[in-house]
Amino acid sequence: MSLDATIRLKRDEFALDVQLEVSAGETIAVLGPNGAGKTTLLRALAGLVPINGRVELNGQVLDDSAAGRHIPTERRRVGIVFQDHVLFPHMTVLDNVAFGLPHDSTRIAREWLERAGLGDRANAMPRELSGGQAQRVALIRTLATEPHLLLLDEPLSALDVTIRAEVRRELSRQLSGFHGVRILVTHDPLEAIALADRLVVLEHGKVVQSGSPAEVTARPRSRFVADLAGVNLLRGQGRGDHIELASGTALAAPEAGDGDVFAVIHPRAVALYTSRPEGTPRNVWRGRAEDLDLQGERVRVRLSGAVPLVAEVTPSAVRELHLDAGAEVWVAVKATEVSVYPA
Amino acid sequence: MVLAGLGLLLFLLPLAGLVARAPWDQVGPALIAPETATALGLSLFCSLSATAVALVLGIPLAVLLARTSGTLRAILRALTTLPMVLPPVVGGVALLLAFGRRGLVGAPLYGAFGIQIPFTTAAAVIAETFVAMPFLVIAVEAGLRALDPRYEEAARALGATGWRVFARVTLPLLRPAIFSGAVLCWARALGEFGATITFAGDLPGRTQTIPLAVYVALETRPEGAIALSLILLAVSLAILIGMRDRWLGWL
Amino acid sequence: MSSATIFAASSLKSAFDKIGTEMGRGELHTTFNYAGSQTLASQIAQGAQADVFASADTAHMKTLQDAGLLADPPRVFAHNRLEIAVERGNPKRIHSLADLARSGLVVVLADPSVPAGKYAQQALAKAGVTVHPASLEPQVTGVLSKVALGEADAGIVYVSDIVTSGNVDGLAIPDAQNVIADYPIARLNATPNKSGAEAFIAYVLSSQGQAILVRAGFEKA
Repeated sequence: MSLDATIRLKRDEFALDVQLEVSAGETIAVLGPNGAGKTTLLRALAGLVPINGRVELNGQVLDDSAAGRHIPTERRRVGIVFQDHVLFPHMTVLDNVAFGLPHDSTRIAREWLERAGLGDRANAMPRELSGGQAQRVALIRTLATEPHLLLLDEPLSALDVTIRAEVRRELSRQLSGFHGVRILVTHDPLEAIALADRLVVLEHGKVVQSGSPAEVTARPRSRFVADLAGVNLLRGQGRGDHIELASGTALAAPEAGDGDVFAVIHPRAVALYTSRPEGTPRNVWRGRAEDLDLQGERVRVRLSGAVPLVAEVTPSAVRELHLDAGAEVWVAVKATEVSVYPA
Repeated sequence: MVLAGLGLLLFLLPLAGLVARAPWDQVGPALIAPETATALGLSLFCSLSATAVALVLGIPLAVLLARTSGTLRAILRALTTLPMVLPPVVGGVALLLAFGRRGLVGAPLYGAFGIQIPFTTAAAVIAETFVAMPFLVIAVEAGLRALDPRYEEAARALGATGWRVFARVTLPLLRPAIFSGAVLCWARALGEFGATITFAGDLPGRTQTIPLAVYVALETRPEGAIALSLILLAVSLAILIGMRDRWLGWL
Repeated sequence: MSSATIFAASSLKSAFDKIGTEMGRGELHTTFNYAGSQTLASQIAQGAQADVFASADTAHMKTLQDAGLLADPPRVFAHNRLEIAVERGNPKRIHSLADLARSGLVVVLADPSVPAGKYAQQALAKAGVTVHPASLEPQVTGVLSKVALGEADAGIVYVSDIVTSGNVDGLAIPDAQNVIADYPIARLNATPNKSGAEAFIAYVLSSQGQAILVRAGFEKA
């Protein structure tokens, strides 16, 4: 089983242009900022919005605008799990699950619920369920229809943080037993990395990067991914031993190559000083601490100056440096801490 | 707060007047008078029939309205809500021009089958439906627009075809809107006067509903009219209060 | 310039509006309130500000007189007789009250609670005719409009209604079967405009006033 899709669509100011190939048993996570077109992509795959292009699932053509072919949602073997369960409020849990089954079979529905440990909730109404239970029922309702393509639209984001882990484990377990194509839309990197084999990063309706979670986070190609990975991303022109940034500042880096390049600097590699540091660092600028954000054992300091960066330091360093919002500091980055790859 | 109080007074004072000036000794006789029973029975029959017709025709109309957009929708919407702003008497004349013996539809009907709609109970039902149906259509359309489209999308993704989605998901989810729309529609039909008297005429037992009986009674025995009004008021209140608990349903 | 507020039966509207216009050229400003005689009588009894009351029957005038609300005894200023209203050109060939009993004929009458309805019942009784009306309209205009629109084949109304309406034809009813309505007028006790009220009543009874009433389908007092 596999999915091969080329989707183009235009709506008002927004244009989506995505090419996707997913093989059976693979889970891909579609990541991207709000408004990138993630949900629209899912709706297009589900056949809920008309597209320009072609969608083929397991050799069956679902959409082919050139041939004027469009299989409506109800005749596609697709399943959607929405952000908030969207269980039918007027039906019991059992009837909700049975709704998608042949002859509304409550026998099969009950089996599914029991396998998921939700058998005792069969006669409950959706409003009587906890958020986690409701989302698990919604997942079962969809899986019970044995779809070939499973679309998960931020399935955990409406849940309380405390139960999210539990539902994520359940989701992970259910997904491993599902043999179709799985596409997960999320903006939570943890969710993406925990559940997906491959990440597809969408921005402004276009795929800006795709690959395994490790590949994508190691070499971000967009501010969004860099923020996800928690690293500084810079872009400029490679000049052999340094990069010329758009602002004109030179950033020393070994093997800077030439042409359009990305440079990644981990926040921990950004060192802060009260006076100009002596010695090896070749990248030294004056900067200003704009704000400080305590995250666990580390403090993230957002810096403005010749090169805007985020630095990550220990709380004790903050005290020693008398760091405060608005404080003037010296910023240093070792050339060897700058990793460069072509844009 | 003050304005709300004034608003409430505007409703309550006339009711208080009606109750205060009520010839209570005449309510009993008016209640058991055969003409009252006839008019009340006819009123209930006509208003409930009108509500039933409005449900059958109005829900599909509301769906059509909710699913169209742009100029077409503006036109359709204006047309369906027209009876709400049209003076009911004008509505009655319009109905005569359509379904009367010389009307667009009425003339061929009369010519071919000798059927004359005006002056029949059916005419009273048509007049009430004409005036009251917009209340149902508006309520159901608002309900449809407020409905989260994902319920229908989820149903389709679960393999349900158009009709099944509508019957099993859309319609049950619209229940509160349909219910309140039907109650509004019924209440409007129950009080309908102008279109009914113009289109259906006024004959006890056939087209004389309570509002018409009240109007006629005002000419000769105003006490009787007040007594009749009180009966109508009591019946409406009883039904509205009886239904109140079910307004909200499961939502 | 003096003024007067006149409460008058609906059937008087066209004639009285004309009289009001004529008098407005002189020295009297008139304000009219037209409604059913019963409605007007109860409005006056409830304390409505009026100078003159012109009724379509003597019964309601008598009610006010008995209540001591009249300044002078009422005077009959016009008569109105009944006619059969039929559609233009009389397509159903109706000639008499007896024809109204014909089966298949749609007859609309005024409700017996209004004078026109009460008189129509009396006329039918005199003619010995039993009619099964399709509707008993609470207002004479309801009878007229249903005949004019072709929905009803015939109705019984005042001559003045037929003249005013202009949309239907009138067929005379012989005196022996007819019921002739007396229209009384009187000045009210509570009048703040005594002279205006007297001037109006005088004009209605004058030859000019009577001529206007005749043109509107009424008969001279």
